[in-house]
Amino acid sequence: MSPEIFKLLLQSTGQTLYMVAIAGLVGSLLGVPLGVFLATSGRGELYAAPVANKVLGAIVNATRSTPFIILVVAIIPFTRLVAGTSIGTSAAIVPLTVATVPFVARLVEAAIREVDPGLTEAARAMGATPLQIVTKVLLAEARPGITLALTLTVVSLIGYSAMVGAVGGGGLGDLGIRYGYQRFMPDVMAAVVIVLIVLVQAVQSAGDALARRFDKRSRPT
Amino acid sequence: MDTVLADSPPVRPVSSRNATIPTGTKTAAAAAQGVAAGQAAVTAATEAIVSFEAVSKRFPAGRGSAEVVALDAIDLAVPRGSVTGIIGRSGAGKSTLIRLVNGLEKPSSGRVVVDGRDVAALGEDKLREVRRSIGMVFQHFNLLSSRTAYQNVALPLEIAGADRRTIEARVTPLLELVGLSDKRDRYPSELSGGQKQRVGIARALATQPKLLLSDEATSALDPETTRSILALLKKINSELGLSVLLITHEMEVVKTVADHVAVIDRGAIVERGTTFDLLSAPRHETTRALLAGLPSLSLPAFLAEQLRPEPSAGSRAVLRISFAGDSATQPILSRLGQATGVEVNILAGAIDEIGGRPFGSLVVSIAGDAATLAKAQNHLAAHGLQAEVLGHVA
Repeated sequence: MSPEIFKLLLQSTGQTLYMVAIAGLVGSLLGVPLGVFLATSGRGELYAAPVANKVLGAIVNATRSTPFIILVVAIIPFTRLVAGTSIGTSAAIVPLTVATVPFVARLVEAAIREVDPGLTEAARAMGATPLQIVTKVLLAEARPGITLALTLTVVSLIGYSAMVGAVGGGGLGDLGIRYGYQRFMPDVMAAVVIVLIVLVQAVQSAGDALARRFDKRSRPT
Repeated sequence: MDTVLADSPPVRPVSSRNATIPTGTKTAAAAAQGVAAGQAAVTAATEAIVSFEAVSKRFPAGRGSAEVVALDAIDLAVPRGSVTGIIGRSGAGKSTLIRLVNGLEKPSSGRVVVDGRDVAALGEDKLREVRRSIGMVFQHFNLLSSRTAYQNVALPLEIAGADRRTIEARVTPLLELVGLSDKRDRYPSELSGGQKQRVGIARALATQPKLLLSDEATSALDPETTRSILALLKKINSELGLSVLLITHEMEVVKTVADHVAVIDRGAIVERGTTFDLLSAPRHETTRALLAGLPSLSLPAFLAEQLRPEPSAGSRAVLRISFAGDSATQPILSRLGQATGVEVNILAGAIDEIGGRPFGSLVVSIAGDAATLAKAQNHLAAHGLQAEVLGHVA
């Protein structure tokens, strides 16, 4: 592999990490509260708002059912509005984030719904406010589940980021397509795949370890 | 048990309690009077910490289900400083009843007055304040798995906005009280069921409540652990002067800790009174059914199989004689023989203790016709003993 290609590989890895990091961060900051809301706003629940729950749920479902490559193109006007341009690595972060929010929200919702309703009842009996129930009970108890949800999100984002080459986003996937496939350079393709595997492995292992540390439900004594 | 009893001086029941022990014959009027007397004893004893006033709870009809009346016009007072037990089968409405006390459920009609305030009429803010003065213990403990024993006990204090030093000063002695000082940094998954419930009790006491609600606190525990948890509840009641309202389906629990009992069946209170009166002279069939589980009251299996409802030629009548208080120490059977000439054969018997007072039941068989049986029953009734004909054996 020539030094030029190696430099490209490094640059592409940097772009992927940059896109995944920003989209993951912003997506989680918006997705976690949305997930909490979805999990607590059903009929008769903590922040009962069944109509808002249904509407947001429908929007989440719509976003999640749109194939990512379609989403990238479909929201170009919005991307231009936010990033000032619709092409390049920074612009690619916009559709990545838009796809991440509902993804995180649904996973966080599921993690929170796993929390024993008895704990919510106990907290209510103690005189806890809804906000205290969310912070001290639901988020605290769902922490291992949420950690795994965010790990899965980052892994999925690494995959999604391979598609933003379509709008000049760069990154490892783009390198693999343009050099490995279109220029018939199998060594580049192999290198891209190996870097991706290492990245995903590292993220998953770190996430698993963290979730295990948070999980006190069954500890060997 | 028998020898212990023989050595100890006769226990003299408090006269007001004695008055509510029914005598032999069971007419509907006498039963109603007994219920009323029991209730009078409950309310007259002390001011009530909780009183249910004509409380009903209906769950509206849902898809494919009719309206459910969970509670129907409940009137009940929980005396301050007492341990009051509400016993009933599952589905009788007892969970709904206890949840009304801290506003986890709202009544459809009626008032639930806790320490002078109608909980049902309070807004969320005021209700949260009241909840902080009521501790609650749950069947499945409901401890946060992500928190240590110490942090779990600290939770209600954090919720109430206490600072770190107050929390430390409150939690440490509580862990000591429940005997878990050495487990303070353990997570619930590292504790046994009994230890978890001890953490649950310490947590319920953290805000120094006046009232402790126990929702089947021992139902998930083995008999030995149950006894130790009940002893702890009793200790808390007597040492901290805390009123305890507990619901259970186990008569053993009520027998061990409660001063007052109410029996709930299909959403209505069917019988109530002091634990001693109610257990020694149950009137309602639900009470009897729940009592049947107690070892001292269950009939030996061989006898139960032979029992026939109607007498036949040469059969003997089988009676259960229940005796309570000082009658437990009287030579009733020999007197019965002397006074009536009836021949009495003892089949089974046990003496138990309810709230520190002796209580026993004897199963005997009597030979002779209906007239002899009536004579024996009259004699027993005249001595304040309840004799119930269980059946006849050949």
